Amino acid sequence: MKTSLSRQKINDDFVKKIEELSGQKLLACYQCGKCSAGCPAVSEMDILPNQVIRFAQLGLKDELLNARSVWVCASCYTCNVRCPKGIKIAEVMEAVRQVLLRKRRDHVEVRKLTDKEKAGVPAIALISNFRKFTS
Amino acid sequence: MKVSYYPGCTLKSNARNFEDSALCALKSLGLEVKELDRWNCCGTVYSLATDDLIHHLASIRNLIRVKEAQSDAVMTLCAMCYNTLKRVNDRVKADPESLSKVHKFMDEEKIAYAGDVKVRHLLELLRDDVKFETVAKKVQRPLTNLRVASYYGCLLVRPKGVGLDDMENPTVLDDLARTLGAEPVDFPYKTECCGAYQTVDKPESVADRAFSILSSAVRRGAEVVSVSCPLCAFNLDHRQEDTVKKYSGFKTIPVLYFTQLMAMALGCDEKDLRLDLHHIDPGPLLKQKGLI
Repeated sequence: MKTSLSRQKINDDFVKKIEELSGQKLLACYQCGKCSAGCPAVSEMDILPNQVIRFAQLGLKDELLNARSVWVCASCYTCNVRCPKGIKIAEVMEAVRQVLLRKRRDHVEVRKLTDKEKAGVPAIALISNFRKFTS
Repeated sequence: MKVSYYPGCTLKSNARNFEDSALCALKSLGLEVKELDRWNCCGTVYSLATDDLIHHLASIRNLIRVKEAQSDAVMTLCAMCYNTLKRVNDRVKADPESLSKVHKFMDEEKIAYAGDVKVRHLLELLRDDVKFETVAKKVQRPLTNLRVASYYGCLLVRPKGVGLDDMENPTVLDDLARTLGAEPVDFPYKTECCGAYQTVDKPESVADRAFSILSSAVRRGAEVVSVSCPLCAFNLDHRQEDTVKKYSGFKTIPVLYFTQLMAMALGCDEKDLRLDLHHIDPGPLLKQKGLI
């Protein structure tokens, strides 16, 4: 994957939006990698949690909006409680999801779930899944 | 302190075994709690986006119901309800501006909520108010020789300031198991996420998590896994159907709610355990141990 950096990307509104939605100061992260080291979902991610923060710092909008990682994260908060800088990584993941969901780009299409799939899981699973993955 | 009981959605359906066992155990302890007259979904997850206030309304409305019942606290059994109600409460308590915005969204509520309801999980009430020593005195049928691995998952212990025990090494469920006469089994995956709601769109990944978590407990000698969340219970119990197919040599293990352990020890009937709702039947093990 070719990644190009530019001052324009770093100063893009996208970075401000992620900071605002997550309530986090992205530049506080010094890339120690502790979040990625402890993440239980990391084996299914295309970019690591610390890279999500790094990409957000650098305004790599397309890379982040197309990342599988934010949909693999289940907001378990292991990264949040271990971050030595107190950054809430799960909130940054949420901010990326929200940017997409607020454009009606749902990750889960409720109408495509079969009755069997819906009946096979408890209410708590459906409600939380739709709250996280649909607009 | 007057406490109202908030069951949440799943305790009235798939997790009847959680509610029935809890209510019977509480009765045996002489602690009868009254369910809120009218309640709604808590929202299941706390909204993490800073500007997403509208989704906090569901929780706030429940907290208003608690005030209407003239209670000081609301008790939950489900770890997700606990986490969501508590975080919403903390958020509006710490941020009057968001509280006033939330009030503007609601025009049918008679009470202006002020953030003054305490959100307590049953485990906290037992540990901090009732005290485990008192519970121990009421044990009629000790869970002798039952090796229990307690699985805490995420929302009972995280994030910091919300969880009810140590974030990395919680012990409250183990302490309770010991109180009931069982043998607690510590295992390294006790706070590892089960995949939560990913069970809807990525069930295969949840089956993998169940494999890691449960095999770890089995390796340490556990005979049963105890949980406090209906979603963890579903993922760890029902998803074993896929885990068995995917991993040859995987040894299944029954999953029980901590309240079912309590109900057995405190002399409830087998019908209060609702063992028919389990995927991996705990019946044979419990019979072998002379507990049912």
